[in-house]
Amino acid sequence: MVASSPRRSARPRIRRDYALSALIVAPSVLAVGIFVYGFIGWTLYVALSGWNSFLPDLSFVGLRNFIELFQTLRFQIDLRNTLVFTVTFLLGCLGLGLLLAVLLDQRVRGEGFFRNVYLFPMSISFIVSGTAWQWLLNPSTGVNLLLDLAGLDRLKSPWFTDPKIAIYSVVLAAVWQMSGFTMAMYLAGLRGISDELREAARVDGASEWQLYRHVILPLLNPVTLSAVIVLGHISLKIFDLVFAMTGSGPAFSTDVPGIFMFETTFRGNRFAEGAAVATVMLLMVAVVVIPYLAWSTRAEREG
Amino acid sequence: MRPRLPVGRVVMYLLLIALAAFYLLPIYVMVNNGLKSFQEVSLSRMWEPPAAFRLDSFARAYGRLAPNFRNSVLLVVPATVLTAAVGSINGYLLSKWKFTGADVVFPLLLFGMFIPYQSVLIPLVQTLQWLGRILDIRLYGTIAGLALVHIIYGIPITTLIFRNYYATVPTEVVEAARIDGAGLLGTYKDVILPLSMPGFVVVMIWQVTQVWNEFLFAVTITSNPARQPVQVALQNLAGSQIVEWNVQMAGALLTALPTLLVYIFLGRYFLRGLLAGALKG
Repeated sequence: MVASSPRRSARPRIRRDYALSALIVAPSVLAVGIFVYGFIGWTLYVALSGWNSFLPDLSFVGLRNFIELFQTLRFQIDLRNTLVFTVTFLLGCLGLGLLLAVLLDQRVRGEGFFRNVYLFPMSISFIVSGTAWQWLLNPSTGVNLLLDLAGLDRLKSPWFTDPKIAIYSVVLAAVWQMSGFTMAMYLAGLRGISDELREAARVDGASEWQLYRHVILPLLNPVTLSAVIVLGHISLKIFDLVFAMTGSGPAFSTDVPGIFMFETTFRGNRFAEGAAVATVMLLMVAVVVIPYLAWSTRAEREG
Repeated sequence: MRPRLPVGRVVMYLLLIALAAFYLLPIYVMVNNGLKSFQEVSLSRMWEPPAAFRLDSFARAYGRLAPNFRNSVLLVVPATVLTAAVGSINGYLLSKWKFTGADVVFPLLLFGMFIPYQSVLIPLVQTLQWLGRILDIRLYGTIAGLALVHIIYGIPITTLIFRNYYATVPTEVVEAARIDGAGLLGTYKDVILPLSMPGFVVVMIWQVTQVWNEFLFAVTITSNPARQPVQVALQNLAGSQIVEWNVQMAGALLTALPTLLVYIFLGRYFLRGLLAGALKG
């Protein structure tokens, strides 16, 4: 809107101010240009090199690191874990978040209190929650002990000590931490739906269930999309929570690319392999985020 | 009005309370076992309240974590203040003085807040070592270097939050100042900055929380335990086989406390930053 303003060409001072504006933003653009785009380029370069020992070796080896990576059992397990983690984590957060938001939207007493309780885990670190859940899901105490005390010992579980279900223990901790975020987003969405609309649906004879199913839920689709993008990209690059709670787990059952990259690069000095893992992680995130960024900037320009 | 059956209301409140208990479970365990004496702590009595309140676990955890707490404070202050200042200027210029190409620059900037930081980690370490050599200051392995990293990677999100915030300031206000003869920086100082307080609160809370809680950069860049931020120290404490688990729990609670307090007292602004981070400005 400003770029085509007639005043701009008419007044040289204004034009000078636009140049000044670009000049002041330039250092930030330069910093991000180097530290994000330049570094990504350099990582890609390392991923195509033979630098797999302590001494830097930037000789070009083509896609060899990637081919070997996808043949590595640990990385195959990591990709499967990422898929399982992302799907269950998203379903957990969306389901629980929607349930909490709908409950809180029923004009409950103490709404502020409940909302704060559901949201507070967002404010603490993954390292803290990993530390706490590591003990809570320790098979000999914590939740199992609680189930025992409640007479529900049939629900007891080996949690993260069993390779078959270990990843779901981490999902449980992650949903505990992040579901408040989807609740907050859904609640904001619900508050944006006018009472007139609800009344109109009721007058038309819709039951409360039908009202939510056919009127309110479809209106929340954009919220769901945003939540899927934000939580999805977090789960694709998850590191701290798993690192603090279970590490790689028995038989790599909770290993994820983030942990593999960190260990192989900084513990094993296999820089090219680490860079290849990082590149795969970046591509996974880019597939989710770039269409969303393109869509939201276009929507902004049009709206 | 929404008439409801009382039975439905009772079930609903029971559900709300049960879910609240689920969210509070880890806090209960951390507080409960942190307050027990070392003799009383036992894995098989995790849920029993302490017979007498003792602060031994907290004292021992604090003894272990205190230097790292200081490191984290020294990290958070510059990484918050400087990034907020840069974000405010950028946000103002990218919303009110859109130079040619500003619409291209902004999404490119934004992508920087979504990338997995693993994809910049190797060059980052190399660059910090190299920069430290040519500038003759230590950046790799120090809090100063880590602060620099947080400032740079914090630019996208703080710019986004401020840009969305300033979008709510009518363009007429800026144009009026322009007609009165104010330049770009004069308008910022006299018109925009006085309106910016809520924006700064949101952004600073966001940065404090992010930087305090961050782990990957911290563990990669600082390897000397004396220079590590508190999250790395907690991870070392919790991963240790010889540290009692009640001390780990107490340490976790102490580490969580600063951001928890920010959340309790300024939760409204915390939520706004959270939602802004979701691009819904």
